[in-house]
Amino acid sequence: MIAVLALIAGVVAGILLEPTVPLALQPYLPIAVVAALDAVFGGIRAKLDGVFDDKQFVVSFVSNVLVAAFIVFLGDQLGVGGQLSTGVVVVLGVRIFGNVAAIRRHLFRA
Amino acid sequence: MIGLLVSLLAFAFVVQVKSNAADSQLANARQDDLVRILSDLNAREQRLREEIATLEATVSQLGEGAQGREAALVEARRRADELGILAGTLGARGEGLVVRLRAGAEPIPAATVLEAVEELRGAGAEALQIAGANGRVVRIVASTYFADGSAGSAGAGVLLVDGTGLTAPYILTVIGPAATMRTALTIPGGVSDAVARDGGTVMVDEPGEVTVDAIHVSRGLQHARPVD
Repeated sequence: MIAVLALIAGVVAGILLEPTVPLALQPYLPIAVVAALDAVFGGIRAKLDGVFDDKQFVVSFVSNVLVAAFIVFLGDQLGVGGQLSTGVVVVLGVRIFGNVAAIRRHLFRA
Repeated sequence: MIGLLVSLLAFAFVVQVKSNAADSQLANARQDDLVRILSDLNAREQRLREEIATLEATVSQLGEGAQGREAALVEARRRADELGILAGTLGARGEGLVVRLRAGAEPIPAATVLEAVEELRGAGAEALQIAGANGRVVRIVASTYFADGSAGSAGAGVLLVDGTGLTAPYILTVIGPAATMRTALTIPGGVSDAVARDGGTVMVDEPGEVTVDAIHVSRGLQHARPVD
């Protein structure tokens, strides 16, 4: 599948290119990655449910990343950056758990 | 599009993992975390500096204390040696004289021997002992008394020093300033003249270094006690 190939291509590029993250983005990158992971797992679950939609996946991916980063940025400005970041990570983690559980149910029943 | 996004995700994932592994946590921390870490470190530095100051004060105190104790110990030893020599409980050696009192026709009276001892003390003698021809040696200290033997049971011609009988000629070994003591013995009307009047002779020898090794056994004070 294209997605799997794209995944591998991204991993290889990351390993080979060794870029340094710009300083301003450094606190937001981990949050963005977790948010994107949540979107991907949501997409996989939708695919297994049979309700996968390309546009929905793309929109959810991008909006997840932007919203997560924005919430953390807002938190930094307000002075509760650490706490909000923790909150966002917790929520994303809960969603990932939920999606993974649904995927598991699909895989081990079918 | 999906492929692009997924590849982007994988790329960012790998980058983040590597960045996390390589850099210290400080590079990724946010501002308020860094401020908190900085103030923690400042407080810690303050505490450690205070501890260093306290320990340095203790070290210098101990050093002074040790020096003070050392000095007190040296001083105490010096005093003990001095008092021991004066009390006759320690042997001594140093510059001094050997005075030979040879009797003539008449024995040398105790009073003359006492006069000689007093003259020598006045001249600065610090340790004295008297030896008789019979081989007995007595250390002369503040409480030493001289008596003529004929007055007691020892017989004539015997000098009693602290109860020990000595026969002439007497040899006085004295530690002190040699020249001063020699002058003290030979002043007109002094010891030399007194002995000569009784027919005896006084011979003064200056060997350079003399040893006073007779020990006086102290009986302890029976009446006197310190004021404080």
